[in-house]
Amino acid sequence: MSATFTVARKEFQDGLRNRWVLAIALVLALMAVGIAYFGAAASGGLGFTSLATTVVSLSTLAVFLIPLIALLLAYDAIVGEQEAGTLLLLLTYPMSRSALLLGKFLGHGLILGVATTLGFGIAGIAIALGAPDVELLALARSIGLLIVSSVLLGWVFIAFAYLISVWVVEKARAAGLALIVWFVFVLVFDLALLALLVGAQNGGDWLPYLLLLNPTDCFRLINLAGIEAAQAYSGLTALARESAFQPGWLMLILLGWILVPLGLALLRFRHRSV
Amino acid sequence: MNDIITFDGVTKRHGDVVSLQDLHLGVHQGEVLALLGHNGAGKTTAMKLILGLIVPSEGELRVFGATPHGSEANQLRQRLGFLPENVGFYEQLSGREVLDYFARLKRADRHQIDDLLEQVGLGEASKRRVKTYSKGMRQRLGLAQALLGEPQLLLLDEPTTGLDPAATRDFYTTVKTLRDQGCTVLLSSHVLPGVEPYIDRALILGGGRRLALGSLDELRSQAALPLTIRAKGDWAVNALPADLPAQQMQRLNGNVCEFHVRPKNKMQVLRRLATTPGIEDIELLPPSLEHLYTHFSATLSTTLPARDPS
Repeated sequence: MSATFTVARKEFQDGLRNRWVLAIALVLALMAVGIAYFGAAASGGLGFTSLATTVVSLSTLAVFLIPLIALLLAYDAIVGEQEAGTLLLLLTYPMSRSALLLGKFLGHGLILGVATTLGFGIAGIAIALGAPDVELLALARSIGLLIVSSVLLGWVFIAFAYLISVWVVEKARAAGLALIVWFVFVLVFDLALLALLVGAQNGGDWLPYLLLLNPTDCFRLINLAGIEAAQAYSGLTALARESAFQPGWLMLILLGWILVPLGLALLRFRHRSV
Repeated sequence: MNDIITFDGVTKRHGDVVSLQDLHLGVHQGEVLALLGHNGAGKTTAMKLILGLIVPSEGELRVFGATPHGSEANQLRQRLGFLPENVGFYEQLSGREVLDYFARLKRADRHQIDDLLEQVGLGEASKRRVKTYSKGMRQRLGLAQALLGEPQLLLLDEPTTGLDPAATRDFYTTVKTLRDQGCTVLLSSHVLPGVEPYIDRALILGGGRRLALGSLDELRSQAALPLTIRAKGDWAVNALPADLPAQQMQRLNGNVCEFHVRPKNKMQVLRRLATTPGIEDIELLPPSLEHLYTHFSATLSTTLPARDPS
């Protein structure tokens, strides 16, 4: 266990040293405050509008940014060490390969967790201070939900990044695959679902369940389903009544989306030759 | 003597490629054993097997009496130090921070870090980032890393590649000190000069097979290579002594003449030369590791592996 924590500690310190934590927090905070402030610009107004609009905008931002950041942070976790020549050395030390990978996951997970909490937390405080009449409790609940689900979403994509990183032998290839994964889950999947929806004119009751196959859609549902007004914007009212689409269940599904790729990465890493 | 490492008919295959074939070897406690051979001879494969990074395809391998990839691997690795070929470190960390990380992973005493850095001559540079280190400094940091936790067995893969002669000498002096403290050292090399004075035995590998094993004296007698005798004198005045039992003779320049002589004829040639007038100096050069290496690679790689002379 101590080896795992040693690795986690080093990864987190690297994250602080490389300014990853600072950069992620700043980007998230700036964009979140920007979206909250300029969200109403399209309808001719400036300044904070309703909480619902802000949450919808913020979660849309997070769906794009968080997976990208997580993949960038972690894609070279193993293959990078291999190219640097440190992996061979690490594997001759008294710790298991699983301990190494889990330690890295803890470290990277903590980097993302701290940075996201900071970024969205700052944005939440800015909204609370700047918005004229916002209900603080509702704001805190929405931002809290956003932070928790963003962190889970980030961990899902860190797990994906590890799966890529233990599979390939070149850093460049890992980077390419990471971008493809991002593209598929963030853009292509929803487009394909839309095409299916248009194709299946009647009897498409099962279609919404396909959303559960994509962690980014789970994330969106968590944040939108939590707010009555947001459901009106996103047309998810009907869905939200189904038990499978309650935030609690969706979080569990996200957890599954972390465990499965991470488990596969562990299996693959154990049998990888060096 | 206790054998710390025993290879018992170990074969390692990667698909169709055989990187180590039917190796029998016992490494004694407290000796310095050199693994010699060209690239692809199986040196690194042998080390990776000992480290438990790869598993033998056939045969049995025991290190400290245990299988290196088995359940006791972690206890075993605590007693090992390894310096890989082309060692890399975390560029953004300082030398001291790198050692601190590895010491924590090895659960070694972290108080020894500063002493180790001093010992390998990195005391001054310990707070600088590894990014700024030269090749030699990285190699020395690698050695300090291998020495963490006072290992009983050191595996050094091409340790002196990229080091200048002075650094190489320093390096082997450290190895000698460790050996005197009872540490067993296994080092691989294709740079022969420099290794010779510091090794107890050499294992010559070629194409994954054991070509020869033994101390340098044993290998010399096994190979029966000619000695080289250099005689310096005024060769223009003196005629060469006739009917010397030398295999080959050549003039290096006006003053020096070189004879290749079979070991059994050595004394006869020396006596004749000593009584030849005009010769000022006689130099005797035994066959070096390099000659031995060339000899064994050339003659034995086509035949079966040589038997253990011991």
